[in-house]
Amino acid sequence: MSCDALPAPRLQMLERMLLIRAYEEKLVHLHASHGVAGTCTSVGQEACAVGVVQALTPADRILTNHRSAGHLLARGADPGRMLAEVMGKRDGYCKGKSGSLHISAAKLGVVLTSTIVGGELALATGVGLSLSMPGQDGIAACFFGDGAACEGRFHESLNLAAVWKLPILYVCENNQWQAFVHRRETMPVEQIAAWAEGYGVPVRSVDGNDVEAVYAAAQEACAAIRTNGGPYFLELNTYRQRGHFEPDDQSYVDRRELKAWLARDPIMSLERRLRDQDELDDARQAAMRARVSETIEAALAFANASPFPEAAELTADVYA
Amino acid sequence: MKMTVNEAISQALAEEMRRDARVLMFGEGVATKRGDLLAEFGAARVRNTPLAEGIIAGTAAGAAATGLRPVVDLLFAPFLCYAMDEIVNSAGKLRYISGGQFAFPLVAIAMTGSGWAVGAQHNHNLEAWFVHSPGLKVAMPSNAADFKGLLKAAIRDDNPVLFFVDMALTPIEGEVPEGEHIVPLGQAAVARAGSDLTIISYAKTVGHCLQAAEQLAVAGIDAEVIDLRTLKPLDEDAILRSVRRTGRVLIVHEASRTCGVGAEIAALVGERAFDALAAPVMRLTGPDAPTPSSRVLEQAFVPQPAGIAQAARQLMQAARRRAQPEAQFI
Repeated sequence: MSCDALPAPRLQMLERMLLIRAYEEKLVHLHASHGVAGTCTSVGQEACAVGVVQALTPADRILTNHRSAGHLLARGADPGRMLAEVMGKRDGYCKGKSGSLHISAAKLGVVLTSTIVGGELALATGVGLSLSMPGQDGIAACFFGDGAACEGRFHESLNLAAVWKLPILYVCENNQWQAFVHRRETMPVEQIAAWAEGYGVPVRSVDGNDVEAVYAAAQEACAAIRTNGGPYFLELNTYRQRGHFEPDDQSYVDRRELKAWLARDPIMSLERRLRDQDELDDARQAAMRARVSETIEAALAFANASPFPEAAELTADVYA
Repeated sequence: MKMTVNEAISQALAEEMRRDARVLMFGEGVATKRGDLLAEFGAARVRNTPLAEGIIAGTAAGAAATGLRPVVDLLFAPFLCYAMDEIVNSAGKLRYISGGQFAFPLVAIAMTGSGWAVGAQHNHNLEAWFVHSPGLKVAMPSNAADFKGLLKAAIRDDNPVLFFVDMALTPIEGEVPEGEHIVPLGQAAVARAGSDLTIISYAKTVGHCLQAAEQLAVAGIDAEVIDLRTLKPLDEDAILRSVRRTGRVLIVHEASRTCGVGAEIAALVGERAFDALAAPVMRLTGPDAPTPSSRVLEQAFVPQPAGIAQAARQLMQAARRRAQPEAQFI
């Protein structure tokens, strides 16, 4: 199967990014004012999720991590069911047993979400192995961060995928932060791609805040995987605008660095570009934001209305 | 048909791979050591891997959740420490966490137990760790027929199964039924019927218990020996049935004492069959120590037939109300 060769509608990508941003801001608000469980957001990394997922086909699988909202929403997940999950409700994607941290949506191809940093990398080779068997189609796109790249599993995963030529798109969202520690303190290199190269895997490192650059690179990566059969490593350089977990006062963050990255916000950048090229005006922008806001309010109403699970659910689904 | 435990394992693997194209096997040296499987099923289904237990187990979990039925050989049980995240956090939990969206039909084989003088980093009976972890099943057979039957059942099960091979048993021959032979997970076996006391064990020490029972028979004590075969799910009914008949329980395992499988059985008997007990439940286990290499010390670690018989005689004399000194390893 070939990748979608047509340019993605940029407005559509913008709207998806706005939806992700609005969803996560709603989570932050619900935590702060309504006591909903805290969460790990991906604010500032929306272009990574939208650009890569846009390049995937329905047969492809996605493995993600504790910052999964962008990947799920980019894939078309229902924000109502996601919010219900975060709130521990019955209609959540995982019947309320995951919470925000490990939401999977198998029907959308978002599988085996693991919140153990690096866990997704160990599972990705298995998904890739399944997809490499005769009669199977698709690639496994595995999202992780620079923190996971410091785990041993990153290296084991890339090595095995390269040796077995597994169809895996490794997507490293290098967001500069590993929980409460800056990447500079934990790595002797600037780019994770330098490590990946050592395993003989084709690599590319691009601006993760430019959704069009991400989309183009992901398309190229998918095409390479489908043509050559082996893995591909895509590094997206981006920034985690909020703390590791909500709440987090970010007292450990260099204000100048944060300010510099906020000035390169992926949504703002795309809006500016679209305006410069006369694809976006005030009316269009207002309409788009209104739609997103309406979607989020409807999602919240759905989640609020969903009942909590029955007590009998406590021991259901332990075994198949 | 007579065959060794090793041959029984090979036969189970070949039969299941023949039966189901989704079954595949990988691990360190799997393709090197199992040339017969490689020849019959090809390199896509019989694979060597890097010496990296974490990614082997993770690959098995990911593959199991997406349509394959992997069997992985992780060599020695202590190496499972490198694979704990994948087995415990992924294979054991992601079904539940996802609200039942995934299943993990995989088998992880690991060797353990005394007999090869390999020392504590290759010999560690850590099966209780996995019994304690939700979402997993644990099998630990004692004879060739059960190795074959339980491995086949484990491969067909839709859940992750830890399959422990007591390495001293691998060359031991036993009778294996002809034709399709399956031993369901979760069913204990009465290895020897008896009426005076119940000796409960699994893996290599089942043989030791049977030898002890012969010694006891000479002294006029009729011991029943229960082979658990599967540690999770535990066949509680089989244990309670026997205990209710004999009223005396001796639990024997090679694994260390504290929080071992024996502790769970003692608690079960105390909770559900206290009224039937004529004497306190007794355990005879390996000590709370790493395993030594020296053959003499290695054998001292394991409950032996003479020590089991001695503990049984002690148990026969014990009365319920009398304080009973705890039996340590012999």
